[in-house]
Amino acid sequence: MDPGRPALRRGWDVATAAIPAAFVALFFAFPLLAILERGLTSAEGPWLPAGTGGLLWFTIWQAAASTVLTLAAGLPLAWAIGRFRFRGRSLARALVLVPFVLPTVVVATAFLALLPAGYERGIWAILAAHVFFNIAVVTRIVGGAWATIDPASAEAAAVLGAGPWRRAREVTLPQLAPALSAAAALTFLFCFTSFGVILILGGAGRATLETEIYNRAARLFDLQAAAVLSLLQLGAVAVVLAVASVLEARAGAASTLADEDVVLRRPAGRERIAVVTVLAVSALVLVLPLAVLVHRSLGTWGALFHETPALLVEPWQAAVYSVAFASVAALIALAVGGLAALALAKRPPGAADGFVLLPLGASAVMLGFGFLIAFDEPPLDFRSSWWLVPVAQSLVAAPFVVRIVVPALRSIDPQLREVAATLGASPAHAWREVDLPLAGRAFAVAAGFAFAVALGEFGATVFVARAEQPTLPVAIFRFLGRPGAENQGVAAALAVVLAGIAVGAALAAERVADGRGRSL
Amino acid sequence: MLSVRDARVVLGGHEALAGVDLEVERGTIVAVLGPSGSGKSTLLRAIAGLQRLDRGSVTLGDRPLAGVPPHRRGIGLMFQDDALFPHRDVAANVSFGLRMQHVARTAAAARVAELLDLVGLDGREHRTVGSLSGGERKRVALARALAPAPRVLLLDEPLGALDRPLHDRLVVELRELFDEIRQTAVYVTHDVAEAFAIGTRVAVLREGSIVQVATPERLWAAPGDAWVARFIGLANIDERGGTAFVTRPEGVVFRPDPRGDAVVSSSQRDGPVVTLRARYDDGREIVSAHTGLAPPAPGARVLVEIDAAAVTEVPAAAAAVAPLPSADAAID
Repeated sequence: MDPGRPALRRGWDVATAAIPAAFVALFFAFPLLAILERGLTSAEGPWLPAGTGGLLWFTIWQAAASTVLTLAAGLPLAWAIGRFRFRGRSLARALVLVPFVLPTVVVATAFLALLPAGYERGIWAILAAHVFFNIAVVTRIVGGAWATIDPASAEAAAVLGAGPWRRAREVTLPQLAPALSAAAALTFLFCFTSFGVILILGGAGRATLETEIYNRAARLFDLQAAAVLSLLQLGAVAVVLAVASVLEARAGAASTLADEDVVLRRPAGRERIAVVTVLAVSALVLVLPLAVLVHRSLGTWGALFHETPALLVEPWQAAVYSVAFASVAALIALAVGGLAALALAKRPPGAADGFVLLPLGASAVMLGFGFLIAFDEPPLDFRSSWWLVPVAQSLVAAPFVVRIVVPALRSIDPQLREVAATLGASPAHAWREVDLPLAGRAFAVAAGFAFAVALGEFGATVFVARAEQPTLPVAIFRFLGRPGAENQGVAAALAVVLAGIAVGAALAAERVADGRGRSL
Repeated sequence: MLSVRDARVVLGGHEALAGVDLEVERGTIVAVLGPSGSGKSTLLRAIAGLQRLDRGSVTLGDRPLAGVPPHRRGIGLMFQDDALFPHRDVAANVSFGLRMQHVARTAAAARVAELLDLVGLDGREHRTVGSLSGGERKRVALARALAPAPRVLLLDEPLGALDRPLHDRLVVELRELFDEIRQTAVYVTHDVAEAFAIGTRVAVLREGSIVQVATPERLWAAPGDAWVARFIGLANIDERGGTAFVTRPEGVVFRPDPRGDAVVSSSQRDGPVVTLRARYDDGREIVSAHTGLAPPAPGARVLVEIDAAAVTEVPAAAAAVAPLPSADAAID
């Protein structure tokens, strides 16, 4: 791009792009090829297993229904947080994010404990958990956009004679539309590829593409069917992801972009009642499942330190493995994602961005399954290697790192680097003195999120974790799969531990960010 | 001291610099004056090493700078929007270049104090960058650029975005400061008054080529061609074939007279000078710079008196520069 850049700098550029590319090639593209080979070259040919049509249909409609319900539940909260200034607003913003960083297994366990007998598994449980999980997406994206819509445009419409409904329909809604569609697309994507929630809450006969891949590969050992379903899932996700990224790009260029301080005002009169009601109901909805989860865990904490037939280790040791794996995964994700972000930030936003985010949508289960069949023979027989777990988790976490770091790097004025150069700073010095301190906060946030994501990662980990080194989500899943209140209680206790560590890491990261820059 | 020879830069298929020659003597300031899109910033970036030359050379002293990266050139640069490091305080901004040269801490602190004193910000070492006013930011940016004692200082429209009184004050301060420390500098601007006030000499840049280099006095007295004359604000240009007659407005006097051959059309005071415009009965227009009180009012019939010494004969606007279809403001 810049012909003024000396050759040394170009070598560095190549390295920043080549290392992440090589990592993705070995640990993402190669397993994908293994799936492709398995699915397309078997004796029976690449035909879809019976019932695939129904599977695909259920996958789509549960995601669509979850999206609609999430929008309905999230919009009032987005309105309250996006329009008004009140005491505890930043706390509310942070708390809304909590469900999103909760591992899916924790959310599923909580709803299992919360819902009355007879309803704790099935479509309603799935929808409720998806809404709980994704309210953060809607509130953050739509609320954030709402807070930047200049009230002057609605005021202008009012002066021109438009009543409240007309103003909402013709002024506010069109400016909000890009954010709404972006939030809907992301929610749909997350629900479409949802695994832990559906595996645990789905009950008998409720399967999506994602859970069916797991079912075929891990329970029925029908690797060929799993491979074909993976390919179908990949194609479907690619379509959803393409639509989502187009909608998201539009959200970036949305509306009039006023300063939040101008937009936010104190609620008055009836608004006050409405805001308080919305906040109270939301708080109840967000807190209740977790409270029930904690309640269910009471009395079973002692069992964490006893041997159990469910695991090869004592339950508390799963927490140690989880933290250790997630730490390594966060470091890998930070290194690989950070380098990819450096390479990406040098070019204008575009197609390459979407490519890096592919693993985000491309189904963790498929990744785990790919690892299973790709790394099973020498010289690539890694099945017994402990590091396969953090590598798999880092692939799921790295796209989050890229998403957080790239905008921070892009927002650094290139003149700062140039001025540093004219003051005698070599490119390496300029990077250390300018880029690193200015993007440092983003790196810290990314590290926290990468850790939280890796910690809760379930779909890929369940394939590659060794029985004697289970992570918390895997251990919780094992306990949930066994009968008896005692096992359910231990699962709840482990879920509380997992939730505590994940939320702690995410809140620490959010604190470092200090409210600067949206994390979604 | 600094010498640019035949510098050529092509950006996006467009010739941003079309063979520029420029000499800057030690201790002098060359103001590079040109409209936006004329290649001024590209020229500065090429000298600083931030933009590679497609042809030609830059030499500092007797050292050719081809292949020397920006951080080893010993050339300072000050941007229009300051580019202060937002994460460092005033002292850390100013001492940045000293740190890159591994200057000892105490020596650096002394140098920072000396420079802040020089730019009129003494004692403000520990202010945060965010708390500075526009003028203070300029001063910090200047102190930072001067701290490592660059052999040449480049300034890219440094006073561009300031309000007028602050702008005018800083122009004078800058020139005095540069004269005091005998700083060699290249100062890029599109503002004629600024170029005349700052530059020991003024180089006029047009579509990637330097069309004239002269002292401000010489430039005013003898613009190289009609285009230069028009660009530096000379209005009375009468083009006849290949030549143009330029009449400087200070040599034109409008004398109220009912038998005159022109009528005043507008009167506009800017400080001590009133710019008067009048229209001859045959339709031609003429501009006069009036310095007294009570200039003739619009509508008054006047006799136009022209001092013969104020008329200069120059070549008509040369089409010497190849016409470029996309020569708009996209480059600057």
